[in-house]
Amino acid sequence: MTPARAARLLSLPVLGCAGLLSAVHAAAQAERNFDEVEIHTLHVRDDIYMLVGAGGNITVQLGDDGVLLVDAQFAPLAPKIIAAIARLSSKPIRYIVDTHYHADHIGGNANLRLAGNTVTGGNMPGAVPYAEGGGAQVIAHENVLLRLSGTLGTDAEVPTGLWPTNTFFDAEKRLFYNGEGIRIIHVPAAHTDGDVLVYFRHSDVVSTGDVFSTTGWPVIDLEAGGTYQGLLDALDAVVDLIIPVYGQDGGTLVVPGHGRLSGLGDVLDYREMVIVIRDRLRSMIDAGMTLEEIKAARPAMDYEPVYGTSTSFWTTDEFLEAAYKSLSEQQ
Amino acid sequence: MAGVSRARRVRWLAVPLLLGAALPALGQVNLVGHWTGQYHEDQPDRLPGPELGDYGGLPINAAARMRAEAWSASILSLPLYQCRVHPVDYASSFAEIRIWEDVNPTTQELIAIHVQHFAWNTVRTIWMDGREHPPEYAQHHAMGFSTGEFVGQTLRVRTTHLKEGWLRRNGVPRSWNGTLTEHFTRHGDILTWHVYVDDPAYLEEPFFRNRDYTYDAEGRMGPYPCESVIETVFPKGYFPHYLPGQNAFLVEYSQKHGIPYEATRGGAATMYPEYRKVIAALPRPEARAQ
Repeated sequence: MTPARAARLLSLPVLGCAGLLSAVHAAAQAERNFDEVEIHTLHVRDDIYMLVGAGGNITVQLGDDGVLLVDAQFAPLAPKIIAAIARLSSKPIRYIVDTHYHADHIGGNANLRLAGNTVTGGNMPGAVPYAEGGGAQVIAHENVLLRLSGTLGTDAEVPTGLWPTNTFFDAEKRLFYNGEGIRIIHVPAAHTDGDVLVYFRHSDVVSTGDVFSTTGWPVIDLEAGGTYQGLLDALDAVVDLIIPVYGQDGGTLVVPGHGRLSGLGDVLDYREMVIVIRDRLRSMIDAGMTLEEIKAARPAMDYEPVYGTSTSFWTTDEFLEAAYKSLSEQQ
Repeated sequence: MAGVSRARRVRWLAVPLLLGAALPALGQVNLVGHWTGQYHEDQPDRLPGPELGDYGGLPINAAARMRAEAWSASILSLPLYQCRVHPVDYASSFAEIRIWEDVNPTTQELIAIHVQHFAWNTVRTIWMDGREHPPEYAQHHAMGFSTGEFVGQTLRVRTTHLKEGWLRRNGVPRSWNGTLTEHFTRHGDILTWHVYVDDPAYLEEPFFRNRDYTYDAEGRMGPYPCESVIETVFPKGYFPHYLPGQNAFLVEYSQKHGIPYEATRGGAATMYPEYRKVIAALPRPEARAQ
């Protein structure tokens, strides 16, 4: 861990931050007053809702069996998130699915998990920690646990309450919950090495985590195993899940990691940007241009007014640096 | 009114006032019907389609120009792009339209006006009931979210929540940050539609477009089916585009029509009549070739 990376992580012990990018993002968030953050609820379809506050979007699935969440935003927002869920359902939170390990998506794990519970019985009590009043289950890809526990990578261990309680290491985990099949699909080496897509088959809604966002450049956390091409492959996986209605203004709906509720057209537009910039960078790298020369040539200029920033989290320069490094390693 | 009490007279007087409150607003024009496009207006743009590299008269900025120059017409062969509908700010400019209303049958209040476009049979809704626009995190659509009000004889419409679209069908983009202000004005059997496109991402100044339609009492709109098919086998994740400086087709329009290349690149200045003086001082394509 670099000194700067360590300093950023140590400066945010309350949030239990993980990951350099997450720490930087969280630092920006920590400066804001969470008291002023409102949790807004958007109906997506059927029993699926999207909660928008600070940090990543939360997907809420409701039903007779209980409440399932995809992601948890920041810890200080947990009481507001719990209140927002209570306005939708009187059932307990049974599952939280973490799309990846960054603090703006898992920060609320501990508090939200303890606000819920797991259905137990048979030989479960005493055999698994979460069955003893430990709250809801937190499902994630194994790499999320490995990174949060400090086992993988250079990040320090975070409090155990933030860790997932139920992990998988193969390509997909499947649940049947609240009357519908749910596919939790690992998309390797994308935004990080532990990203998952969560696809609600009956509701026809997919939550993408940070492999898709409408608010900025794709974030490639190289230190956490992310790669440019892996992120593009993940976007292809999202596209493969989508069946649009005629005209592409309906059909499968997409809850992005950040930004507005989306559909196929939004994902295609984003994927187009990722492909075009990849191809430009590759041609520049092949031509022997240095990173500084590439940045000066502004290969993403046409998309800057839509996705770029020079001041807030993940600037255009930071994106180009990560993209250059990732694509150079793949050349 | 002998024998009618003062209080009862007041009640009778109030009846027409109440009825008036429920009636459509004064000046509200009936736009309902089938309206046929006037295809001589911007004909090359609408029927044959725009030529590659012609951005003249569009107030685009450098970012939009770079995007347009990377655009490849081969995109239209990709299955996921074959049935993309025209965005609402372009669809009305394309062909005939049909307009109908949702009216509360009891109060006769106008709830919404719907417009169907021939192109892809898209239907837009213009809410007339005073509702708010959705929050920024709500979904964007090709038709956007529209609210309207009558201003004199004109329906004024404000549209937000647009998906990314295009100003011209040769790759000139309009971003999802764009918003529209439209006016529908009826002059007897002629309907005029104006749209101002405001796009801070890709425009130097608002873009303005207008079209005229003729009322067609016997008009019927045909279906517009579209089914995506694989026309060419591409590798997974393929997206056609030109790298900067490699689009050889950009000069075709200039050379074919003898228009200075610089004048085809668009920009706010190219919208105005004074630009003719600038063009006169620019080198013709032949001179450039020499």
